[in-house]
Amino acid sequence: MTPDLIYGLTGIAVFAIGLTGALCAQDRLRRVLALKLCSLGAGFLLVVAAWREPPAAPDPVPHALVITGIVVMISATAVALALIRRLQSLEAEDDD
Amino acid sequence: MTIDAMTLTLFLPLFGAMAAFVFPRVATGIGLVTVVATCGAVWLLALEVLKAGAVVTPLGGWEAPLGIALRADGLSLAMLAMTSGVGLLVSLGALDALRDLRQRQYFWPLWLLLLTGMNGVYLGTDIFNLYVMIEVIALAAVGLTVLSGTKEALRAGLEYMYASILGALLFLMGVGFVYLHLGRLDFAGLLEAEPSGALSAALALMLVGLLLKTALFPLHFWLPAAHANATAPASALLSGLVVKAALYIFLRLTTYVPLPDEILVALIGALGAGAVLWGGVQALRAERLKLLVAWSTVVQIGLIFIAFARAGQVGLTESWKAAALLILAHGVAKAAMFLAAGRIKDEVGHDIIRDLDRAEVRPTLAQFTFALAAISIIGLPPSLGFIGKWSLMEGAMAAGYWHWVAITMIGTLLSVAYFSRVFAGFLRFDRVRGPVGEHQGWALADVAPLTLAIASISLGLMAAPILSFIELGYALGVTP
Repeated sequence: MTPDLIYGLTGIAVFAIGLTGALCAQDRLRRVLALKLCSLGAGFLLVVAAWREPPAAPDPVPHALVITGIVVMISATAVALALIRRLQSLEAEDDD
Repeated sequence: MTIDAMTLTLFLPLFGAMAAFVFPRVATGIGLVTVVATCGAVWLLALEVLKAGAVVTPLGGWEAPLGIALRADGLSLAMLAMTSGVGLLVSLGALDALRDLRQRQYFWPLWLLLLTGMNGVYLGTDIFNLYVMIEVIALAAVGLTVLSGTKEALRAGLEYMYASILGALLFLMGVGFVYLHLGRLDFAGLLEAEPSGALSAALALMLVGLLLKTALFPLHFWLPAAHANATAPASALLSGLVVKAALYIFLRLTTYVPLPDEILVALIGALGAGAVLWGGVQALRAERLKLLVAWSTVVQIGLIFIAFARAGQVGLTESWKAAALLILAHGVAKAAMFLAAGRIKDEVGHDIIRDLDRAEVRPTLAQFTFALAAISIIGLPPSLGFIGKWSLMEGAMAAGYWHWVAITMIGTLLSVAYFSRVFAGFLRFDRVRGPVGEHQGWALADVAPLTLAIASISLGLMAAPILSFIELGYALGVTP
């Protein structure tokens, strides 16, 4: 097993766990977390794409892509959390 | 760095969005000016494409594969023109439709951000940029969905958000596999790549993500609630324009890396058929006008995929044109229809279909607009929708795929049936007690949907120039 294979398979497994969660979870927060797992898995895979046999330097392009992906996912998470909070406060008003 | 029309098309709405957010008091002015300026930039770009066929601009002078190149050809320009044209008219409609100050403040930055994302998709030439752009579109579109602030809209918006982000992440996973396999992400690299199992698997992930974002049956579950509960201008943008971005990427990808198997093409057609039937039945059952219009979007998306699959794998070289025509036709007509539905709801006070014939106020002009838009969506001549359906069926017949013709016919009948429910409500007066008050005078908000509806019909008369335009610089397999 080479490191890239181990990391690659881990990435795919993490993505699959996230995918299952995003499709099956009922709780709103859990689904956001599941989507985060998906993005982690995809990020793993891109990092693996950058890996080269040690004397050679890693490919910098996927690293740049992963950073962009992280930024995108942070903003998406923030929007989702804001929506969930707003929805919860609206529902709480109704219950009173 | 020189500034050309292509760069302006992408960056004008971006800076406009920022300015509209920073100066909320003048957001409306900034928004309108930006949309008009973007239309101008698209116009200039169209002139260049007419002259040169396809135009490529490497951003910042960095060439692909490392740099980001923008590329415009006939198809991308047709999409850009639809987006900015429909967008301008929806913006004019929004002037009157958004009465709430808060809604007005947030509508403009979100809509301009959405425009940035869509222009980026239509000009992008590498799949990672497409990923970033579809995320930009997703965030802006969710913002527009929840603009009305009601609980239903928030629930629908959250559901939309989950579907949209998951679709984008599936796409990103596919992008990762492509990079592992090819070491580059631009369209030229995809074109040169040898067909292989690994590439097909990567492509499959990306396509599933796109199908989720464009709401093809059975991945449409998020669409009806999201589109029906948004405010009218937002619904028009979401239904007319936003779903088309993912559809466009689908068309591009499948032309650059052809689907490996006849069965896959048939499967996509079958999903389209499912959308036409299921969406049609749901539209017949819908209780509210906006929900009916949203289900008709599901039907139309299905129809576009049937057009894509109409002549099997060998027919793909021609079928994308039928799909593109239907995309354009639906974009214009559905925007008109949602704006008109919003006007009807505003004037009558509700949008429950069975009570439309009891309404004492009849917003005649909005009803007329709705009917005109329905003509294009049902596909009656001479509308653009008719031309799209015609070329769908022509190709299917020429290839001997009669089942697609049958499905299209059934879909057309269903759409006549569900729109008739609405027309009956418009035209019956015998259930009203007391005098019927017609809508007094014209509102500015009526002008935009009416113009769109007239365009959706008259564009059908210009089908030949449109067809030759979308082929400009888009020779299959030899781009870029």
